[in-house]
Amino acid sequence: MPKVEFDEDRCKGCELCVAVCPVKIIHITERINRQGYRPVDVTDQEKCTACTLCARVCPDTVIEVYK
Amino acid sequence: MKKIFARPRSLKDTLMHYCPGCTHGIAHRLIAEVMDELDIRERTVGVAPVGCSVFAYNYFDCDFQQAAHGRAPAVATGIKRVQPDCIVFAYQGDGDLASIGTAEIIHAAARRENITVIFINNAIYGMTGGQMAPTTLPGQATTTSPGGRDVENKGYPIRVSELMATLEGAAYVARVSLHNPAGIARARRAVLQAFRYQLEGKGFSLVEMVSTCPTNWGLSPLAALKWLEEHMLPAYPLGVFKDIQGGGQG
Amino acid sequence: MSEPILMKGNEAIAEAAIRAGCRFFAGYPITPQNELPEYMSRRMPEVGGVFLQAESEVAAINMLYGASGAGARCLTSSSSPGISLKQEGISYMCGAELPAVIINIVRGGPGLGNIQPAQSDYFQATRGGGHGDYRTVVYGPASLQEMVELVMEAFDVADRYRNPVMVLGDGILGQMMEPVVFADDQVREPQPKPWATTGARGRERRVLSSIYLEPEDLDHHNWKLEAKYEQMRQKEARYELVQMEDAELCLVAYGTTARICRTALEKARSAGLKVGMIRPITLWPFPVKAFGEAGANLRAYLVVEMSTGQMVEDVRLAVNGARPVAFYGKTGGAVMLPQQVVDALQDLAAREGVGR
Repeated sequence: MPKVEFDEDRCKGCELCVAVCPVKIIHITERINRQGYRPVDVTDQEKCTACTLCARVCPDTVIEVYK
Repeated sequence: MKKIFARPRSLKDTLMHYCPGCTHGIAHRLIAEVMDELDIRERTVGVAPVGCSVFAYNYFDCDFQQAAHGRAPAVATGIKRVQPDCIVFAYQGDGDLASIGTAEIIHAAARRENITVIFINNAIYGMTGGQMAPTTLPGQATTTSPGGRDVENKGYPIRVSELMATLEGAAYVARVSLHNPAGIARARRAVLQAFRYQLEGKGFSLVEMVSTCPTNWGLSPLAALKWLEEHMLPAYPLGVFKDIQGGGQG
Repeated sequence: MSEPILMKGNEAIAEAAIRAGCRFFAGYPITPQNELPEYMSRRMPEVGGVFLQAESEVAAINMLYGASGAGARCLTSSSSPGISLKQEGISYMCGAELPAVIINIVRGGPGLGNIQPAQSDYFQATRGGGHGDYRTVVYGPASLQEMVELVMEAFDVADRYRNPVMVLGDGILGQMMEPVVFADDQVREPQPKPWATTGARGRERRVLSSIYLEPEDLDHHNWKLEAKYEQMRQKEARYELVQMEDAELCLVAYGTTARICRTALEKARSAGLKVGMIRPITLWPFPVKAFGEAGANLRAYLVVEMSTGQMVEDVRLAVNGARPVAFYGKTGGAVMLPQQVVDALQDLAAREGVGR
């Protein structure tokens, strides 16, 4: 099943991926990561289609995509 | 299952110092992807500017020189002439390239230097805290045009790609945008073409990347992408302005 | 077998650089050194090197930064206003520890001045000129033969210390013609440079930069550079002493002015005045040692420069109050005559009670 992995401590909470995900499964969390940002996370991994749009708009190479 | 997207080999895993949502990170990754695809990492020498991306050398796993403000095309010229088998690229912002460095960028292209320049145009000076750039739009507020750029007093923005396309030594001049996945995909193709032309010795190549500066525009990263689309794209039309072989953008 | 060749100064410098293994030249036209880039434009292609007429002196020094960083022996030349333009680049090269040789054929200033010879860039050359705590070895040759030898030496010194080296000529040295001999064994092979950005094939990548954001890092870097400059002070200072053993008055001059003073010295001696000369050959490091070797009869110094007085300050520092230091200078390219120097010596002698 396709999935995405987020390296949470790299994330700066910019939300570019949130806006671009076609199945809207990426959300900003309330957590604070090691850099002091609120990272994003994925709910509903089963809905991921491995379109890689999130990974491609991410400026910080937070995301790896598997298919 | 296999990994279908990951950090390119040519990009180090060092955490980037850029602001959240800054498109420098995307631009860096695209260059690194192209370096991987063309298998040129070990032959590449990059030139970092002065500006937010002064530390670009921290993020690419290849030889790098950090250049004085505006002088990256001259530094790149020196490297390429001495090491013609190296692939040499300069990475510059709008102050570096279009303000203090206007002579160097024009003459590197005029001399047909076989180098590639990536030009990050975000219409403002980032590192120094948001001053007006040569590419700042009329009416755009910056710390040195606090009431908005008044053209009577402060003139008009410079369209670098159109200018550079008039130079015969330029093999490839393209303007792309990083504001959405389609734009990013086209940007990647332009970078690939630019580096290909350098590999083929075709002359000077420039890829201007319309980019955001959320912090100094005073907008969230997502709002900044919108502002780019609504305000910058009309002022800086996307396209290939020079292609020595025709139809190179793809 | 090396035969003497009659050459113009600017061209002799270029040829010397080629023979020292220089394979990259970038420069911009400015009088009175234009023959140097012109000669390079013909000669560099012959040895498979790179000649670039840059868009400005600023661009030229930055091309040198790139070329030097990529491992080449490189040269740029200019004259006074153009050397002013290069100052940021020189500072950057010192900060990034990049070797290069920079030729200044000094002309009248300040500003546009004129195209006549001068020595008014001494401060610019020895006091940085650019920003930051850095030094460059500065040579002040007095003949074309010496110029040729020092230019070749300069490439070795630059590589040895990973630092720019400056050679000061002036409009006379650049334009005059004298016989020069290039010794056969002087053709040099460049040294390997394990720090150069040549493409990271099979090795860790290299970065050349002068930025150290953390205070402790920049402090450490500056003291590391200072240690290099101290080595230069210990090892690279050069000078010539002329008839100093019994001298009562000592001329201090470099370059073209030293030649004039050599004639003035002989004239003065014929007139009964015991005059000697200290001729600095390096202006930085300044040959302080030469001033400690004064004979017992020495009463005063006369510093002669084609300026309103720049090296005289280093002489005063070196003499350290032991004896009076007087100055005679002419500027604007109105080169002094030996008799004028003799007159100045006689005035000094009268003031200091130095007599027959």
